[in-house]
Amino acid sequence: MKRRAWPLALLAPLLVSAEKPTLVPDVSQRDIEIAYSFTGAELLLFGAILYPGGRIPDAKDEPAEVVVVVKGPTQSILLREKQKIAGIWINAASMRFRSAPSFYAIASPEPIAKLVDARTRAIYELGLDSLQLSPASTAPIAEQTRFAEGLVDVRHRAGLYVEEPEAVEITDGVLYRARIAIPARVPVGKFTAETFLIQDGRVLAAAVRDIDIRKSGFERFVASAAENASILYGLTAVVLSVALGWFAGWVARRI
Amino acid sequence: MDVYLPIANLSVNAFVIVLLGGGVGILSGMFGVGGGFLTTPLLIVYGIPPTVAAATSASQVTGSSVSGVLAHVGRKGVDMKMGVVLVIGGIVGTIAGGWLFALLQATGQIDTVIALIYVVLLGGIGGLMAMESLQAIAVLRGATPRRPRKRRHHPMIAALPFRTRFYASGLYISPLAPLLLGFFTGILTVLLGVGGGFVMVPAMLYLLGMSTAVVVGTSLFQTLFVTVIATMVHATTTKAVDIVLAVLLLVGSVAGAQIGARFGTRIKPEYLRLLLAVMVLAVAVRMAVGLGWRPPEIYSVDLL
Repeated sequence: MKRRAWPLALLAPLLVSAEKPTLVPDVSQRDIEIAYSFTGAELLLFGAILYPGGRIPDAKDEPAEVVVVVKGPTQSILLREKQKIAGIWINAASMRFRSAPSFYAIASPEPIAKLVDARTRAIYELGLDSLQLSPASTAPIAEQTRFAEGLVDVRHRAGLYVEEPEAVEITDGVLYRARIAIPARVPVGKFTAETFLIQDGRVLAAAVRDIDIRKSGFERFVASAAENASILYGLTAVVLSVALGWFAGWVARRI
Repeated sequence: MDVYLPIANLSVNAFVIVLLGGGVGILSGMFGVGGGFLTTPLLIVYGIPPTVAAATSASQVTGSSVSGVLAHVGRKGVDMKMGVVLVIGGIVGTIAGGWLFALLQATGQIDTVIALIYVVLLGGIGGLMAMESLQAIAVLRGATPRRPRKRRHHPMIAALPFRTRFYASGLYISPLAPLLLGFFTGILTVLLGVGGGFVMVPAMLYLLGMSTAVVVGTSLFQTLFVTVIATMVHATTTKAVDIVLAVLLLVGSVAGAQIGARFGTRIKPEYLRLLLAVMVLAVAVRMAVGLGWRPPEIYSVDLL
């Protein structure tokens, strides 16, 4: 419980305000374990909007919308760009990004650009064009933008960066739910699920829940053995391959 | 059935991988090659990261060469002295290869270099093999055979110092020649995840001039030991050997190798060689097309 308390504390000013609605968010799974048959998971993000005094706005007001963002741990990465040189495509240029999210999925009731302006999107990192990637480069802005778009494109194709513009349902103006698919290729680590309440282009409330994705059992054992006991791991791979090869030969001689 | 690969960090269909291993195994049993030159590209096409593919297919080659080595040792088809010299060269080559791999990875050129080596080597050797087997088939169909080439080593090799006798190979040459050959093959094993038999066998026949009776056995002997070392080099440097993927591949390939070995004896060796040459050329062409074509994704991500 304690571990989850601090992100909420950061958002305290948003939460305690008496005039504004608050969010009570939850996630269907706080821990996702990657085991041998892991092919991805589907997260259900749901919760309620609490309006001050329990008053739900009437239909004639602009309705409040909920946007949900799931982010993976940020990575420091080098993005390489292929160019055609002497007739073949080879890696010719590169740019470093210090804080690229390893996974980013945003679910909203309509395209995010229609809900909030570019400045708000940049502050809250809402949308694939508004990620804070921290390029470590003195290159012109146009070039940085080209690489940033390249990164988004690569990860979008791999299913790691996702925008789902029609994936949030709101029931009776109070209950909301959104589904976000976590693909099998995600890296392990601490994920966050952020929920934003947006009205008239302003963020009224925000809340964060942590999600832990880790390898479990055999998969964790193998991954840590490869990292920490690499000689023994290599020997095991060698012994396995020699034994299987020898065994097959032994069987074949007896058939 | 989907299985999660803990090192490659993605899930694959286990049956597809076992079948892939089995297919390569059948071919390797038929032709007496390790089959690594097929496994690595096929795994990459399937979506496995190139580093994991190269690191893991070396252990598959180990598995499919074990029973072959035992069989050849049994019928004295291995020149042990030559084999040991090749293995020593191979060990130095794998270590140099591991260093080269890390260097190419850091500069981002590893994928291009792997593809280029494939195109040049497979294209060249596949072409030579195709011509040679077509001539052999022409002879089978009644053409007058060319005067058989006298078996002898390349004049450059005769010039090397410290000559010694390799009795089983019927050679009196400097050990530096097989040492260099082993070294070169060791580099290939680490970079490409191949056993190197497709380079080794022609080099043994046409450069060293070894007696044909021991060529395949000695090449397999070197392959076995050098792929073992290559697996160790990858396990300790790139840490990209995926043991789950290796076992899936091995289950298919060791079984396939036994089936292939029985098939192989029923087909005339000349046709078998032509078939292998066509396959080798097909892989080379596929790789060449991949280099020249605009890739669907020109960006790639390296974790720091």
